[in-house]
Amino acid sequence: MSRVVVDVVLKPEISDPQGQAVLGALGRLGHDSVRSVRQGKHFVLEVEGTPDEAELKQIAETLLANPVIEDVELHLPKD
Amino acid sequence: MRIGVITFPGSLDDVDAARAVRLAGGEPVALWHADHDLKDVDAVVLPGGFSYGDYLRAGAIAARSPLMADVVAAAGDGMPVLGICNGFQVLCEAGLLPGALTRNSHLHFRNRDQVLVVERADTAWTQDYRPGQRIVIPVKNGEGRYVAADADLDRLEGEGRVVFRYAGGNPNGSSRDIAGVTSENGRVVGLMPHPEHAIEDLTGPSTDGLGFFTSVLKAVVAA
Repeated sequence: MSRVVVDVVLKPEISDPQGQAVLGALGRLGHDSVRSVRQGKHFVLEVEGTPDEAELKQIAETLLANPVIEDVELHLPKD
Repeated sequence: MRIGVITFPGSLDDVDAARAVRLAGGEPVALWHADHDLKDVDAVVLPGGFSYGDYLRAGAIAARSPLMADVVAAAGDGMPVLGICNGFQVLCEAGLLPGALTRNSHLHFRNRDQVLVVERADTAWTQDYRPGQRIVIPVKNGEGRYVAADADLDRLEGEGRVVFRYAGGNPNGSSRDIAGVTSENGRVVGLMPHPEHAIEDLTGPSTDGLGFFTSVLKAVVAA
C-alpha cells in the first residue's frame, strides 16, 4: 500500500468566507500576525501497488476537486 | 406528459416537486438515482435537499450516480431538465450547467420568500412567464452562492444564459445576483430558489412557481 495525499483549496479569486471567519477569530484571540486564512480539504488515499500518477491526477481533478472553483495538489509518495 | 422526479439519498423536496407536476397537469414519475432507467419520461426534475449530506461538495457525489449518466445523455438529445437548489448543484457538478455553488458569503443558512426577476422567458421551463416579470418564491440554502470566473460570467451574460436574478436583496452573495442559469439550448435550467414550494396559496407565498411546471408541458409537446 502506498499513501497518496491530495490537497484542495479554493482558487485565489473565489472568496472564502469560512477562512475569513477563522481569520476573524484569530484576530480576537490576539494572533495579529496572521494576515490571511484559506480553508481547504485534505484527502489521504491508501492505494494498492505502485500509484498510477495519471489515474490519481484524474481522480483528484474530476472528483476530489471541482476545477471551476478549486485548485488541487497531488502528493505522491517519494521512492 | 411524464415528468420524472429523481430521488437521491438525502433528497427532501422530491414529494413537493411531484405534487407540483401533478397540479400543473403532468404525470409525476418517481426515479431512483441508482437505477439506469429514465422510465420513458419526457422531462426530469432534480429536487432540493442534501444528497449524500453535502459530503465532499454539495451535489458532487449525486452527480456521479448511475442515473445521472442517463440524464446527461438525454439532455444531450434535448430533454428538458430542471435542477432546484441541490438539484442545481448536482447539474453544475455534472457539467450540464456552468459555474458552481459555494458557501453563502455570510455563512448563514438563509430561508425566506425571495423576489426574482425573470430574464429569460423562452427556456423549456420559463415560457409561461414574461421577460422582466417579478415572481416571489421561497429560497432556502446554505451553499447557494453562484460563482464562476469573471470571464465565464461575462460569456454567460453575453449569451443570455442568466434566467433569473435576485431582486430586493441577494440572499447568499451570488455573483451578479444570479439565481438561475440555463444551457446553451435553453432546455436545462437550474436555480437555487424553490418554485415547487410556491404552487398553492395555502402553503406558499404565491403560486408563482407553477409556471415552471406548466411551461415544460408545452415545451415537451412542441418538441
